[in-house]
Amino acid sequence: MSTEVLICGAGRTPFGRTEASGRQLAVAAVNAALADAGIEWSRVRAAFGGSDSAGLADTLVARLGLTGLPFVNVKNGCATGGSALVSAVNAIRSGMADVVLAVGFDKHPRGAFDPRPEDWGLAAEYGSDGLMVTTQFFGMKIQRYMHDHGITPRTLALVAEKAYRNGALTPEAWRREPVTAEDILGSGMVSDPLTRFMFCSPGAGAAALVLCSPEAARRLDARPVALRSAVVRSRRFGSFEVFSPWIPAGELTSVSSDASAAAFEEAGIGPGDVDVCQLQDTESGAEVMHMAECGFCEDGEQEKLIATGATGIGGVLPVNTDGGCIANGEPIGASGLRQVYEVVQQLRGRAGDRQVPGGPRVGFTHVYGAPGVSACTVLSL
Amino acid sequence: MAGALIRMVTDRRSPSGGLEGSRCSGCSVTVYPADEACPRCGGPAEPAGLSGRGTLWTWTVQRYAPKSPPYRVPAGGFAPFALGYVELAEGVRVAAVLEVDDLDDIRIGMPLTVTGGRGVPRARALDPGEEGS
Repeated sequence: MSTEVLICGAGRTPFGRTEASGRQLAVAAVNAALADAGIEWSRVRAAFGGSDSAGLADTLVARLGLTGLPFVNVKNGCATGGSALVSAVNAIRSGMADVVLAVGFDKHPRGAFDPRPEDWGLAAEYGSDGLMVTTQFFGMKIQRYMHDHGITPRTLALVAEKAYRNGALTPEAWRREPVTAEDILGSGMVSDPLTRFMFCSPGAGAAALVLCSPEAARRLDARPVALRSAVVRSRRFGSFEVFSPWIPAGELTSVSSDASAAAFEEAGIGPGDVDVCQLQDTESGAEVMHMAECGFCEDGEQEKLIATGATGIGGVLPVNTDGGCIANGEPIGASGLRQVYEVVQQLRGRAGDRQVPGGPRVGFTHVYGAPGVSACTVLSL
Repeated sequence: MAGALIRMVTDRRSPSGGLEGSRCSGCSVTVYPADEACPRCGGPAEPAGLSGRGTLWTWTVQRYAPKSPPYRVPAGGFAPFALGYVELAEGVRVAAVLEVDDLDDIRIGMPLTVTGGRGVPRARALDPGEEGS
């Protein structure tokens, strides 16, 4: 039996566009997590963290305090936060440290990401001919899924409508104005069948967690949440990923399915036990597909579930209660830990206007990103 | 037989019009563009010309001009274009720009022919005269 790992502190900054640097945001999130745990920085014995494009996490010690702790930089795309979390868990389980920090932060320029073909092992023409645009992949994946499983454009609009509705209830969210499904459908096509308001935008933000061993947690006043599992997986053969010049025919594999199944197995519970979850919603289609890939429903059931409000805050399976990426934007390095922060608030009953009713006890988080990586966690009181 | 088909396709178009992929001798995985190693088993892969004939597996439309660089805006300026994956008989889905007359006429399952050459693969509807040839 491995050592239990407890989350004793969680902090985040507002997400969106800001004058502050990514590193400044990270320091703010770390200090919020420390205050939540009721400890000083000097109590932290190891740290793991990173950003995709806002600098090195270990340089934060200059602002947090030069205590000499080991601080490992993590750079793992959308799984940066999840990988930092896995490393923090292992540090506690191995006995390396009893109080560990995980931090993720980022700050991206306006507009779609602009990757370089050579960084992805692709010939230059994929960039020069316009096939290296992330939104294309999202459009093409949900396009096929809608064809196979009877999902309609209106369902995609309802997902985004819920995101903005939940964002309006979340003080730290970027998009805080409700938007109707009709306005979402009419906001202009970006990559068919996805419209402008169905997408999240790259942005800035930071989130941090303080993790403790059971012994260390007992000496704190903070109400801990158990991190039952934290898992990161890379893709297997047969998956459909961004910037693929080809994919094999036949049924697709899914790294999100692999990571979520492993997270549930490690936690010893299943999707049916989850009271609140955060699923990667880079755009509306991703949330729809990840509901099935993570085991919360069968393919195609989303059409009815979403129409009947099942994924709303008062529904049977609340999804992305803080508005997700669509309402918070996507600072790549911070997204995964924002999800965990949100579940911690929900399980502690501190989520304010967006609190899931009935006292949720089990939560789940899931990120997915290029080039086929997924990180999942299971949390419980 | 595959070789004959490749020559036929290559001969009928420009010398660079064929689709040059590769195939793993061990697990028969076919990929495009050609690679030296099989992405599934890591074993050596042999060059394999692809027929180019297939059906549309999925698609989207690029409605706005991608960032430049890396995108090179055409001489006539940017216009929305379709792209997708065409599933070939060889068991591979190849990303291609779809050369269609009307963006509203794109349907999953429509027959297309993919050709290589300069730039990324291009797919277009079969000419009526080419059906079954």
